[in-house]
Amino acid sequence: MNIVETFNLTKRFNDLTAVDHISFSVRKGEIFGFLGPNGAGKTTTIKMLTTLLNPTEGTAKICGYDIVRDRDMVRQSIGVVFQEPALDTMLTGRENLDFHARMYGLSREERTTRIEEVLKLVNLVEKKDTLVKYYSGGMKRRLEIARALMHFPKVLFLDEPTLGLDAQTRRTIWEYIKRMNKEEKTTIFLTTHYMDEADFLCDRVAIIDHGKIIALDTIPNLKNAIGNDVIILSCSQPTDLRKRLEREDWVKSIEQHNSSLTLGVEMGEEKIPIIVEISQKIGVKIKSISVRKPTLDDVFLHFTGRRIRDEKDANSSLEKRSSFRRRGV
Amino acid sequence: MRANELQAIYIMWMRQMKRFVRSRSRVISMIIQPLFFLIFLGVGFRNVQMPGLEGSFIDFLAPGIVAMAILFSSMFAGVSVLWDKQFGFLQEVLVAPVSRFSIIIGRTLGGATTALIQGLIILIISFILGVRPSSIPGLLLAIVFMILIAFSAVGFGLVIASRMNDFEGFQLIMNIIMFPLLFLSSAFFPVKEDMVLRTLSFFNPLFYMVDGLRGSLIGTENSIFSPFMDLVVVIIICVAMLSLGSYSFSKSEV
Ligand SMILES: Nc1ncnc2c1ncn2[C@@H]1O[C@H](COP(=O)(O)OP(=O)(O)OP(=O)(O)O)[C@@H](O)[C@H]1O
Ligand SMILES: [Mg+2]
Repeated sequence: MNIVETFNLTKRFNDLTAVDHISFSVRKGEIFGFLGPNGAGKTTTIKMLTTLLNPTEGTAKICGYDIVRDRDMVRQSIGVVFQEPALDTMLTGRENLDFHARMYGLSREERTTRIEEVLKLVNLVEKKDTLVKYYSGGMKRRLEIARALMHFPKVLFLDEPTLGLDAQTRRTIWEYIKRMNKEEKTTIFLTTHYMDEADFLCDRVAIIDHGKIIALDTIPNLKNAIGNDVIILSCSQPTDLRKRLEREDWVKSIEQHNSSLTLGVEMGEEKIPIIVEISQKIGVKIKSISVRKPTLDDVFLHFTGRRIRDEKDANSSLEKRSSFRRRGV
Repeated sequence: MRANELQAIYIMWMRQMKRFVRSRSRVISMIIQPLFFLIFLGVGFRNVQMPGLEGSFIDFLAPGIVAMAILFSSMFAGVSVLWDKQFGFLQEVLVAPVSRFSIIIGRTLGGATTALIQGLIILIISFILGVRPSSIPGLLLAIVFMILIAFSAVGFGLVIASRMNDFEGFQLIMNIIMFPLLFLSSAFFPVKEDMVLRTLSFFNPLFYMVDGLRGSLIGTENSIFSPFMDLVVVIIICVAMLSLGSYSFSKSEV
């Protein structure tokens, strides 16, 4: 059953088409990922789906309710964690949850039991009476996730849930996301530009670039679309070896980064001895060589011809700023 | 109205009460500033003779200062929606299944309550300084004026917050609109005897607020219109401001 369905959903800001006629559906109970570089249109899509922005064209249904015509019912059925932090830092954690509970019309008993429950889920019970301004970035994020769960939403939207957090905190947040998907049977729609995040969490992924969906499938299928293993090696004269290997027809793709080469091949393990043999013949010394399964990063490269990371570097100052904001104040 | 909406109004209001109590330094400075005006001007000009001034100057000044305190702090409360916008909290509010109308009511009630508390504190202090209300019904009418002033100014604050994206705009409006209007509202000195000032003040919404508050609080010797006439004008201003404020707020984008 589809719990989110979009029909040619489009948003234009003046000349810029931020979201361009996208149609997709999210199945009940799954974790669905929206993966794309900065400015791809992920947040704009979430804002339309959560009724904060009106689509310029097209529409979407959430739990059968139209996002333009049945706003109230849509709002009742969803929980949202925005990309930017959205807590009142002058209130305590518990007060933030209480605010939310009352805005969603929970009864007194529901409020008290549910606040305890979600606090436990994200391990913030001891911190509940501390003002949020004294929370760390990760604690704030966990509180926001807990808050979004307060009213038993059918679909939970998470916009870049781990942006700007350290590796360990990201791990814990991933665990919480998995847990609430399992324990609370919440369908989850998340956006990210971290490949590993989508890889770890999502059942299905849509890759979005310049406002368009360029691929949508389960992660194994997306990886199979490339149809190969990835071999990474570092050696003494990479350029020579690359030129030589390019002539082999079993090499599907080859890329050079400094002294390392990345190859797309079928049955990677069997190709290692062949590569070693060739390089010995032309006098190139191999320092290391390994085979791995393709990651979503490779998938993105395959579909767009670009690496997500390239753009991320270009935008790293922007990312730093938003992570700074999250910690600050 | 569903029970849900009442809950929402209540918690929006409660949130602002909590923030008010917790931001002590802001509250103190918002009380201290008008208090200094009251004490230094009131005591300093104790024996001054002004054209059009009947009775003691501090009696004349007290209603003006009370109006000023309420105006500024309610406007600030209205404009503080900008904080919510900048810190993202507004999104949490707008994505909830609560009508925009209830959100605006909650917000306005919260802002007006905090401003009224500050206004009442100044009023009590002016009683301590020797100002005497003309009568009990007069005092009650004065409180009605204070409430109307608070709501109008929150409405105006909401209009500004919906049009602007930062606090610089708010500062600008305070300096180039609010201060001149306040000075020409008879809050600090009488405008009765000067025909130009007097005529100008008829176009000044703040004038009716100050004039009405003064007339009801300390008696009509120093006011130009009767408090009831002021009341009618101020009610119209209040309704207009609140409608404009809620309209702008509901149209503004996150
Ligand atoms: N309110 C707005 N007015 C004008 N342009 C906007 C507005 N909001 C977003 N955009 C533009 O729309 C495009 C998509 O933005 P969006 O925030 O959806 O990207 P994103 O995929 O969430 O990126 P990120 O990973 O950086 O969060 C961008 O080019 C952005 O500049
Ligand atoms: Mg975004």
